[in-house]
Amino acid sequence: MKYEPVIGLEVHAELLTKSKMFCGCQVVDSITAKPNHYICPVCTGQPGALPVLNKKAVELAIRVGLALGCEIHTESIFARKNYFYPDLPKGYQISQYDQPLATDGNIQIETEAGIKDVRIRRVHLEEDTGKLSHADGNSFIDYNRSGVPLLEIVTEPDMRSSEEVKAYATKLHAILRYLGVNSGNMEKGVIRFEANVSVREAGSDQLNTRTEIKNLNSFRALTQGTDYEIWRQSEIYASGGMVEQETLGFNEATGKTYSQRGKESAHDYRYFPEPDLPPLVLDRSWIDSIRESLPELPETKTSRFIEQYELKPQEARLLTSEKALADYFEAVVAKSKSQAKPVSSWMAGEFMRYLNDSGKNMEDVTLSSESFARLIDMVTDKTISGNAGKTVLAELLKNGGDPAQIIKEKGLAQVSDESFIQEAVMKVLNDNSSEVEKYLAGKETLLQWFIGQVARATKGKADPNVTKELMIKALEERRN
Amino acid sequence: MDLHELSLQQAQELLRSRKISSEELTRAYLDRVQRLDPQIKSYVTVSGELALEQAREADQRIRTGEGSTPLTGIPYSAKDSLSTRGINTTCSSKILANYKPFYDSTAIRKLKLTNSVLLGKNNMDEFGMGSSTENSGFFTTRNPWNFDYVPGGSSGGSAAAVAAGLAAFSLGEDTGGSVRMPAGFCGVTGLKTTYGRVSRYGLIPLVSSFDTIGPMARSAYDVSLVLEAIAGHDPKDSTSRIEPVQIYSETLKKSENLRGLRVGIPKEYFVEGLDSEVDASLRTAIKQIESLGAEAVEVSLPHTQYAIPVYYLILFAEASSNLAKYDGIRFGLSERDGDGLLDVYLKTRETGFGAETKRRIMLGTFALSAGYYDAYYLKAQKVRTLIRQDFQKAFETCDALITPVAPTTAFRIGEKITNPLDMYLSDVHVVAVNLAGIPALSVPCGLSNGLPIGMQIMGPHLSEETLLRIGHMYQSQTDWHMKHPSCWND
Repeated sequence: MKYEPVIGLEVHAELLTKSKMFCGCQVVDSITAKPNHYICPVCTGQPGALPVLNKKAVELAIRVGLALGCEIHTESIFARKNYFYPDLPKGYQISQYDQPLATDGNIQIETEAGIKDVRIRRVHLEEDTGKLSHADGNSFIDYNRSGVPLLEIVTEPDMRSSEEVKAYATKLHAILRYLGVNSGNMEKGVIRFEANVSVREAGSDQLNTRTEIKNLNSFRALTQGTDYEIWRQSEIYASGGMVEQETLGFNEATGKTYSQRGKESAHDYRYFPEPDLPPLVLDRSWIDSIRESLPELPETKTSRFIEQYELKPQEARLLTSEKALADYFEAVVAKSKSQAKPVSSWMAGEFMRYLNDSGKNMEDVTLSSESFARLIDMVTDKTISGNAGKTVLAELLKNGGDPAQIIKEKGLAQVSDESFIQEAVMKVLNDNSSEVEKYLAGKETLLQWFIGQVARATKGKADPNVTKELMIKALEERRN
Repeated sequence: MDLHELSLQQAQELLRSRKISSEELTRAYLDRVQRLDPQIKSYVTVSGELALEQAREADQRIRTGEGSTPLTGIPYSAKDSLSTRGINTTCSSKILANYKPFYDSTAIRKLKLTNSVLLGKNNMDEFGMGSSTENSGFFTTRNPWNFDYVPGGSSGGSAAAVAAGLAAFSLGEDTGGSVRMPAGFCGVTGLKTTYGRVSRYGLIPLVSSFDTIGPMARSAYDVSLVLEAIAGHDPKDSTSRIEPVQIYSETLKKSENLRGLRVGIPKEYFVEGLDSEVDASLRTAIKQIESLGAEAVEVSLPHTQYAIPVYYLILFAEASSNLAKYDGIRFGLSERDGDGLLDVYLKTRETGFGAETKRRIMLGTFALSAGYYDAYYLKAQKVRTLIRQDFQKAFETCDALITPVAPTTAFRIGEKITNPLDMYLSDVHVVAVNLAGIPALSVPCGLSNGLPIGMQIMGPHLSEETLLRIGHMYQSQTDWHMKHPSCWND
């Protein structure tokens, strides 16, 4: 029998506010900040302390709701989610329940299976918990993170493979970054995933018992965890068993899910409206002004890049995968005398390769768009060769500086002077007589190799077109 | 005249003319507390040293003549649910027996700004759950009029302290009658404020949507002076009201009669079960109010009978959640010799909470559970709306409503403690006010067998000025508020 997974995703994203959700405490890096130094009566749940809503958190949440095409509700309600845990200082988390801030949105994803819509069921605000750690038989709690604003984004069970899950998560990640509401820094746990997975006979529209996988904190864990769970549930059905409703954890080391809580011990959160906060009532005009301030989102930008700069779809998607990257591309294009095409090849090629290889982000790039534009122009007008351009770019990215200066220092300016190149050609041919023989015997693919040798000998200064011309001429002369 | 007998106004005049010092006044009160409170047991904590320090600061302020206020240098006490920085704040619960907050509640902070003097913290039913202080985790407060009787609750310690002359005024807290009922039982004047009129920041909550802080004092006029100091919007309390605070005492000074006011007498509050002497005292009081120029008419609050079940249901639900933070992790009692986290939770809460608190947590947890929420909590909220509408309708034609504070005078210690339902029913006249969020004033209006009778004057949202005016005019014609238990003279 063939099985088909049915997957829904819950995403928790920290909102980039200066202060916490319900108090004035500063939001700090939960890894580097000194523990329990950014706390107050409110976020440590001291008796009698009361929450006061952070307007900025609401604004950022509305941005996301609008960007996902949601309906923003002018009245929503905060609710208490009651459960006991040491990282939850009040014994309840302030969240939203039956009247969330935004509902009914949509994200379009693209996988090899094609383009599809993943429906967003709801977007709501809630507060983060503290952070527990364990060492030497003791447990420690850091409340710096307690009360940091979180956005929960919940999909309908619309995904049918871990590829779709990953495509959705990646797209959402990009959107949140675009909107400037989340740093996107997965290592710091600012985005966390929970997947609801069930499996059914392919083609059926029945919904089977689902399990919930918690703590999927990277794209890799997300893919691995859902894949493992799809396999596990399929195996259970294949052997005639029944999947049990439970909450699962995911072990990154083994790549397996494991049971945390069964159905019997499932929490009853006893939600009820938070009496310490009045209903959140929003002004339509405020929502409209936030809508007007929304940036261009990845999808629109991709289409525009294809049209405006005549990029290939793949290139356009790559360059719009991050807002900072797309902005940088447009800045370089604007400052360059060259067409957009060479700029996009440089960025999608050498530039991205550098970022990937060095593990750096756009924020780490110090090279100004002017310098990059000038460099590309010098390759276009043949002041330097493409190869030399790569060398200069690597130097600029690594150590900074002025492109013209580097070209001068490294002696990379391209030379079209035939006598200079002719000399190099003759030297290469004289030094490699056996290759010359092979070439003459018919191995004409060696031509490129000879040209490469000239480039190397001249440190990339030789104009490759002139080199090629002279090289063919010289080789032909040797044929007789 | 002994110093503790001075009204706020009299005391202030003597302080300003430097005939007495705040330190003297404070010492007089502390001496009385030391002498009388071992019997009355109205205080859980007496912060004598700090009080004297504050008194000296007040004297300094008065000496330099810089902006002294009607409360500067006046010794007061506060219910032990109001957070006081560095001073034990226990809610009369063993679970908070050694809890010292590291911040002041807004009401306390505002009184600090006036340089009034905090004598200590008053006993109460644990977390405000009770009508007699018998549910205190420490001891039961005695009614100063008769030590065999309860002072009422849950702000019983505050009421007893004011009645016995152990504080010039006290800050109480009213969730379902907790200011008015003990005020009535102890013969003092107590105001349940409009929900949101006084910031709840730092008030340890029982029911977040009902809790209100209110002054308890010896007259409506004294209450008005305290209210002016503690009322007002607080950015730290999202449920606090933004409307500006009136200068209530000025209105009272100018008031000459109650002409043009119409007071309603809700018939549902004068029914079977109402003690005949209480009934008679109220009828007399209403006549006196009429004689001051007000018109009295009968009105109906048809959903009154549902107030008790609705009130307790919402209370159980919210309280079960509000009490979840007492888990032995961050503050208060922590039983850590068990086996693992669950044991910490179970042992701390088992040892720390009293029987009534545990009962209410269980009932509330049940009422909020999946499958029961709609039938209990949601239904209760819907009926609450009906009760609120009853009042809205009554206030379309009336400026205020007058009822007894309780069906009887104070009951004996031990009389109702074994029957929780009976105890809950003693709140029958007071809880609807909290469901509607409106203010109500309790003023003494008689004595029966040597125990005070209280009159409740309710009004629409933010009608404190009207209520205090009615109370003040009534007190200008009567002397029930000037009568004191025998220990007053001890």
